[in-house]
Amino acid sequence: MIKIEHLYKSFGDVHVLKDISIEYQKGLCNMIIGASGSGKTVLLKTLIGLLEPDRGSVTFNGKDISDLPYEEKKLFRQNIGVLFQNSALFDFATVIENVMFPMDFFTDWSRKRKIERALYCLERVNVQGNEKKYPGELSGGMQKRVGIARAIALNPEYLICDEPNSGLDPETSIMIDQLIHGLTKEFGMTTVINTHDMNSILEIGDNIGFLHQGRMLWQGDRHSIFKTTCQELRKFVCANSLARNIMERNE
Amino acid sequence: MLRDFFIQTGQYFLFLKIVFKKPEKWKIFWKQFILEADKLIVSSVVLVSVISVFIGGVLVIQTASNMNNPFLDRMLVGYMVRESLILEFCSTMVALILAGKIGSNIASELGSMRITEQIDAIEMMGVNSASFLVLPKVLAVTILSPLLVLLSFVLGLLGGWIVVYMTSIIPLAKYASGLKYCFTEFYVFYSCVKMSIFCFMISSIAAFKGYYAKGGALGVGRSSTKSIVISCILILMFDLIITQLMLY
Repeated sequence: MIKIEHLYKSFGDVHVLKDISIEYQKGLCNMIIGASGSGKTVLLKTLIGLLEPDRGSVTFNGKDISDLPYEEKKLFRQNIGVLFQNSALFDFATVIENVMFPMDFFTDWSRKRKIERALYCLERVNVQGNEKKYPGELSGGMQKRVGIARAIALNPEYLICDEPNSGLDPETSIMIDQLIHGLTKEFGMTTVINTHDMNSILEIGDNIGFLHQGRMLWQGDRHSIFKTTCQELRKFVCANSLARNIMERNE
Repeated sequence: MLRDFFIQTGQYFLFLKIVFKKPEKWKIFWKQFILEADKLIVSSVVLVSVISVFIGGVLVIQTASNMNNPFLDRMLVGYMVRESLILEFCSTMVALILAGKIGSNIASELGSMRITEQIDAIEMMGVNSASFLVLPKVLAVTILSPLLVLLSFVLGLLGGWIVVYMTSIIPLAKYASGLKYCFTEFYVFYSCVKMSIFCFMISSIAAFKGYYAKGGALGVGRSSTKSIVISCILILMFDLIITQLMLY
């Protein structure tokens, strides 16, 4: 479980996050949604420790990682798999080397075992047969899937995804959503997804937090989102025609 | 501006502190070290060789054309070419050239890794990204760059020899005896030390600028340019300081 309590983050005079408190449960696809510039990425980066909060705390199973010494923080981070917005695959390494990268650093496994694990992860995300290619030779969707394979390589407890659907066609986008959802259930991970894609929200949003101008205005699941009275959220949801139709039918 | 200079200098030394931490795994470090040595040093051999041969030839012509006095022994042409090459050209000039080649390579590579979140990804895995990415580059360049000095020196002398042979600007025997005249081994050591220090500055400054690049592709270009400009200025400043310290 990840617990965020009274989190504040500013850049100079710009207050990006204001008093954010939310809990993310194990085995669920937890989502941070909101319009561009609402503070989603800053919240995610603060969550994973790439940014230090000004005030407040982020605890993973009761452990506040900002309090940990550097070495312990490094060890703890091996428990967190991260899928970045543009996949962030290493250009200097092939697909299989990308997936093996965390294993090279943090396991004493034999090369054979590492290759086996990497191949399993790649097979699990359906990109087998591309092991020797470089990231630049892959499509956007395949890069995302390799990114997911790398994120789950060490069997992490937490999976954090920053806009996993950005730049993808609707079909690939749904495939990625279902993959993340399936892995979350299969491995019992605590998954946090940052998105503004309404299709994803309707597809896999188990626990959704709506961020607006740095404040968490609403929290619920993909069914209750249509019954919301929060005007800002209604506006956000109704920007998608499918969601607007459902909302109108409900009313 | 002065405040910015002090902030940047402080950040540079803090960056070096992170870079010079014990590698997570020595096996990975050595693998990276060899890759970087190949990418940064071995790939510079052709450029350094071509430049050295031509500069050696040019030095012979320029020196010979400025020594028309019949009281000066023509052997001194070879002597002066050798001294010019080892004292200044093979280290300082080659370092200035490498500041462009190696500096821009390191700054742009790390800069693009920064803006595409690859460095964040490494950090998130719990790996010291600065040490993993920068330490092998800095050490490979610092340790192996003296080999480029020696190569440049030999090829510079060879370039001079080719010109003497082809133009007969001075007798070949005079050129050869000039090369052997009053040879000071310490100058070779001095040149190698200078080159190591210059290459440390080039690689660490380029890495610092690239590692903290921001602002997209434009920012990567800006950090690369800045690293080259700063390195060139520092090379000339330190050339003066090291020469004063080691030769007087």
